[in-house]
Amino acid sequence: MLRINNLEVVYQKIIIALRGISLDVPEGKIVALLGSNGAGKSTTLKAVSGLLAGDGGQIIDGSIEFQGEVIDGITPDALVRKGIFLSMEGRRIFKGLTVEENLTAGAYTRKDRLNIKGDIEKIYEYFPKLKVLNNRKAGFLSGGEQQMLAIGRGLMAKPKLLLLDEPSLGIAPLLVKEIFQNIKKIKQEEGMSILVVEQNANVALSIADYGYIMENGRVVMHGESAEILANKDISEHYLGIGNENSGKEKAFRRRQRVVW
Amino acid sequence: MIFFFQMLINGIVVGSIYGLVALGFVLIYRASGALNLANGEFVIFGPYICLMLMTALQVPFLVALLITLIFSAILGLAVERIVVRPLQNAPVISVIMATIGLSSLLAGAVHMIWGHSTKTFPPVFPQTPLNIGGIIVTPVYLWSFIVVLVLLIIFSIFFKYSKIGLAIRAVADDQQAASSMGMSVKFVYAATWTIAAIVAAIGGVLIGNINGVNPTMASIGLTVLPVVILGGLDSVIGAIIGGFAIGILQNMAGGYLDPLVGGGLKDVVPFIIVLLILMLRPHGLFGSRGIERV
Ligand SMILES: Nc1ncnc2c1ncn2[C@@H]1O[C@H](COP(=O)(O)OP(=O)(O)OP(=O)(O)O)[C@@H](O)[C@H]1O
Ligand SMILES: [Mg+2]
Repeated sequence: MLRINNLEVVYQKIIIALRGISLDVPEGKIVALLGSNGAGKSTTLKAVSGLLAGDGGQIIDGSIEFQGEVIDGITPDALVRKGIFLSMEGRRIFKGLTVEENLTAGAYTRKDRLNIKGDIEKIYEYFPKLKVLNNRKAGFLSGGEQQMLAIGRGLMAKPKLLLLDEPSLGIAPLLVKEIFQNIKKIKQEEGMSILVVEQNANVALSIADYGYIMENGRVVMHGESAEILANKDISEHYLGIGNENSGKEKAFRRRQRVVW
Repeated sequence: MIFFFQMLINGIVVGSIYGLVALGFVLIYRASGALNLANGEFVIFGPYICLMLMTALQVPFLVALLITLIFSAILGLAVERIVVRPLQNAPVISVIMATIGLSSLLAGAVHMIWGHSTKTFPPVFPQTPLNIGGIIVTPVYLWSFIVVLVLLIIFSIFFKYSKIGLAIRAVADDQQAASSMGMSVKFVYAATWTIAAIVAAIGGVLIGNINGVNPTMASIGLTVLPVVILGGLDSVIGAIIGGFAIGILQNMAGGYLDPLVGGGLKDVVPFIIVLLILMLRPHGLFGSRGIERV
């Protein structure tokens, strides 16, 4: 469904953020994109949704295909209409709009205007907290509530491919599990494909079919979620999943990499 | 006392028109952060065209007004397309400078086409003054007020409930997030410039009916600055209330103080008020620093 080939991206014409990454999101699957800070995860998602220009970024090589069509260079609004929706990092809800207006904004490009009211109610079922706050200005919501709103807004778009950038940011651990289960459920009901970027690798891999790990603008490893989780080396080395005493070793390896 | 009410009513009517024109100004500022310093010229183009249609071509007022609004919409669209859009990725200050240039250009065009003598509208509204409890109200004032009120109501409904209104507010809030929703920022910019040009033209036609038309009307563009600064640059409600406030204070100053100092105070008063308000409230009466919640 989505295929990224050897994509290279620079910011401000000089800062290299992606150094030729390739990845695939098959139809109907959830793919997790993991990696350390600054690895280029958000850049990848912004490239797919055409939003690089707003940050001074630009694709210099490689290509992005969606349903067999090359899509780099298409405007962000046209991409949303094609069915690609990015829920951006850092919530980015509209602070001056009410909760309900934010959800409506998510459905902006949808043609089936009559179903929107009903779908908002569905979002309220997944996130009952939002229902209580529906007429509140979104800027006055707590961080976690804003994050739920951001996810809800993405679901309102009913995209074919949903890109989620750190959906668990600022949400209580217990709720994170629940939200990810919800995401999986909605995916099955709506038949979406999902590419999710996460710091919380454990949770992301628990719902994902496939995982990619990025470092320094490159994909350093990829595989079935179960494989990644089962491989102790990988999960300790790159994802910080593991037991207590592996911490020291990890710190050492990180320093080594930096020096190199 | 009658004199006081007379001044009050004049102030309310003129102020409501300020509010309407300021609305367009605020809209552009909210969507793109740019100040449209050619707003005054947007105001004078409308009445001149309307007047020309009515006198030279004998077109009835409402038809002339409609054509004027269509023309204004095209003017707004053209300015956005030709002047603003090429500067989309330039600093906001470049856009502001460009509007200053545009303002001289349009002002020059007005002088060239229509000269600088004052022209009066043929009577559009009924002429017999109304006497409301001793206060004389000319119908043109009453009608202007009604028109502005209706427009303001239509606009608030439009912003609150229409799809375009939602997109304008979303783009004003967070441009990149709005484009990630599939909203076209270009379309929103075009819409705000179009609306600004239309409300400016309507304001101009109303004022033209009250005072006659001449190129100095462009100074309303300057008067609108205190209005929006008073209301808070980014607040639509603030613009409307600011409009009333400036209109009333200006007319009071004109009525009571001008005779004492020999005139001229009327035009300065808005700026004095704004200076005072800004000392007390740097963000204007209704302006926000944006809702911040961490
Ligand atoms: N707007 C920008 N201008 C310049 N450089 C940028 C910009 N955005 C990101 N970068 C750089 O590109 C690289 C990749 O950033 P990106 O945001 O994609 O990382 P990330 O993997 O999402 O990290 P995180 O986990 O911290 O969100 C970083 O080195 C970053 O400094
Ligand atoms: Mg990121």
